Amino acid sequence: MLLSAYDPVMYSRILTSFTLFFHIIFATLGVGVPLMIALAEWIGIKRNDPHYLLMARRWARGFVITVAVGVVTGTAIGLQLSLLWPSFMRVAGQSIALPLFMETFAFFFEAIFLGIYLYTWDRFKNRMVHFWLLVPVVLGSSASAFFITIVNAFMNAPAGVTVENGKITDIEPFGAMLSPAMPTKVSHVLITAYLTCALVLAAIAAWSLLKGRNHVYYKKALRLTMVSAFVFIIGSAIIGDLSGKYLANYQPEKLAAMEWHFETSEKAPLVLGGILTEDNEIKYGLEIPYALSILAHGLPNAEVTGLNDIPEDEHPPLIIHYLFDMKMGLVALMTLVAAAFMFLLWRKRHLAFSNKWMLRAIIVAAPVAMLTIEHGWIFSEIGRQPWILRGIMKTSEGATVSDHVDTMLLLFSLLYIVLGVTSVRVLTRMFRSNPAEEEMKSRGIEGGDNA
Amino acid sequence: MSYEVLGITVLWIFLFGYLIVASIDFGAGFFSYYSAITGKRHLINNIIERYLSPVWEVTNVFLVFFFVGIVGFFPDTAYYFGTALLVPGSVAVILLAIRGSYYAFNTYGTRSKTPYVFLYGASGLLIPASLSTVMTISEGGYIEVDASGKLTFLYGKLFTSTYSWAVVLLAIVSVLYISAMFLSYYANRANDRIAFEIVRKYALAWSGPTILSSLLVFFAIRGHNAEHFDRMTSLAWMFVVSFGCFLVAVYLLWTRKRLGLAFIFVMLQFGFAFFGYGAAHLPYILYPYLTIHDNFTSEPMALALISVFILGLLLLVPSLYLLMRLFLFDAKYVQGKRGK
Repeated sequence: MLLSAYDPVMYSRILTSFTLFFHIIFATLGVGVPLMIALAEWIGIKRNDPHYLLMARRWARGFVITVAVGVVTGTAIGLQLSLLWPSFMRVAGQSIALPLFMETFAFFFEAIFLGIYLYTWDRFKNRMVHFWLLVPVVLGSSASAFFITIVNAFMNAPAGVTVENGKITDIEPFGAMLSPAMPTKVSHVLITAYLTCALVLAAIAAWSLLKGRNHVYYKKALRLTMVSAFVFIIGSAIIGDLSGKYLANYQPEKLAAMEWHFETSEKAPLVLGGILTEDNEIKYGLEIPYALSILAHGLPNAEVTGLNDIPEDEHPPLIIHYLFDMKMGLVALMTLVAAAFMFLLWRKRHLAFSNKWMLRAIIVAAPVAMLTIEHGWIFSEIGRQPWILRGIMKTSEGATVSDHVDTMLLLFSLLYIVLGVTSVRVLTRMFRSNPAEEEMKSRGIEGGDNA
Repeated sequence: MSYEVLGITVLWIFLFGYLIVASIDFGAGFFSYYSAITGKRHLINNIIERYLSPVWEVTNVFLVFFFVGIVGFFPDTAYYFGTALLVPGSVAVILLAIRGSYYAFNTYGTRSKTPYVFLYGASGLLIPASLSTVMTISEGGYIEVDASGKLTFLYGKLFTSTYSWAVVLLAIVSVLYISAMFLSYYANRANDRIAFEIVRKYALAWSGPTILSSLLVFFAIRGHNAEHFDRMTSLAWMFVVSFGCFLVAVYLLWTRKRLGLAFIFVMLQFGFAFFGYGAAHLPYILYPYLTIHDNFTSEPMALALISVFILGLLLLVPSLYLLMRLFLFDAKYVQGKRGK
């Protein structure tokens, strides 16, 4: 391939990935945090515990900042789809306009009720009225993740369309939403977003405890978030397993590439780690017999398609093996932290909130979770190359031919750096200048049982 | 009504909704900044903030709705406008991003900072300017398509055309006019005499330029796209009614009477002009390459989109009504007598 100095396809890919990389951080928070706020407010009302109500309030306050950045970067990616991938959107507009459209409705719904929720804390005598206002926010944020992931699922495994000579001819709008990739993708995205947010909020509480701020408020926050995280981890494990089975059936090239499985065979082993030589030999890898067959089909004897049975120009890049192993490593780390905390909570309760290593591990788990989300997306997106619409359109055919994509890449990169730095500064200043203890004092909330 | 016309009408209504709510928002940002540098910020900032805080997020959605919808109904628009708008579209997105996030940083962060107010205020005028290029491009003449179908956008032509500058001017002054008219109504409801007098002056000051630049655009179209101008003159009554509504609105504000009604007339003024312009633009989306009949989405998709749209409205209209009940028509909230 002749690569000229200015290659709009390459620049479009880089710009899109930058925007998504940045947006996903805030989008993930946008999906999971409302659920945690709702949990805290619900417990606060049910137990008549002002600490949980304050928790909901403080989380909501920080949440607005992340929502703002999420909204603007979401608008950016929405428009960039048409600006950078006009030929793709011409096809996508025909086939997946429906979920895109529904995503906007969900977003609309969420936006309206978030505005109402934030400004009506003390407006209703019945506190449950205010709680119910949050329900549309939780539903709306999860629904927009749901619909937008449907779009992505379609790109991975187009369904509900008839393809003739690479052109889509016949479309069933609802059939296109129910692509085989949809159930696993959607549930994986939702549950990992909840998990990440629980861990992020847990890290904040752990941070305060580690700094020696011993108020029971932080202990309640840590317990609520870590128990939630543990539940979500179990959920993600189950869904992760289903995702492997989906890949084996519908995108075997991705599974084969990520496991370096070249020859189609039964009783396929799973390779952990290792490096690949020039002539596709695996060195230093740890082989687990039968594991790939179990992962793919749930049976140790099942046959797993190998890469050699797939046309070479449709192979995903083989580096996704490293990406997948790293991802699983990060997941193992999070699981360990959550399980350790649960063990302490169950057996040595006082240590759960005071053991410095436990608290430090929880603080580390939050960025690890966010990293895993990013990592998972990179893995998933690189893994479906060279396709933008698997089996229908290659990425190089979907990009713009416009000039100036390089300049736009520069401008947007600057924007994301500035937005990222400012939002972190604003958030830290917001909570540092108004710590929970002071807010409790000024609101006349009791010091708690063991303050 | 055919699906095509129904589709474009729905989208046009949403664009109109965006025009009104975004104008209020952009203008308010600018006034907030302007009042800060003229030392009057403390006088009008309260009412601006009280209105904007609960609704700023909703404004953005109208825009997203429009561009998602238009690609859904008319997939070819993605190809033509997507290619042509790379630069102005990206600039608009960057400005929107700066504006939206700095609004939040400023309002919900600990203390307000002048650079934030500046970024937020200045972008409020640049966004309408960059977004209005979509309108300009849709008139044709700024895009070249060669035999192989490759599309080139003629930046030079856009920057030197009288028509495009007339549209930019109209966009900016009408933002200030619509916003000041709305804030007058809101300040009056809040019983905030001082703020009211200030924004009333803004509104009156911007009413003249608004009507003059509308006329300018009208004549610039004649020079740029005679066919469109002819169709507009055959719908001349709509523009006459629009002008009538303008007179009523300004009269009401001048005499300080019935300001809610005055704002309704502002909406009617822009409504008639906007829908008159849009109707005359049909059947073209992008003159002369793209009409609403070219590559319209498949019938099942159109049907699905319209059904979802109706279901969505059933959800949105009551929610929007609730939002307005709580923050626009709740006298106690408007006057700042309710706690947050």
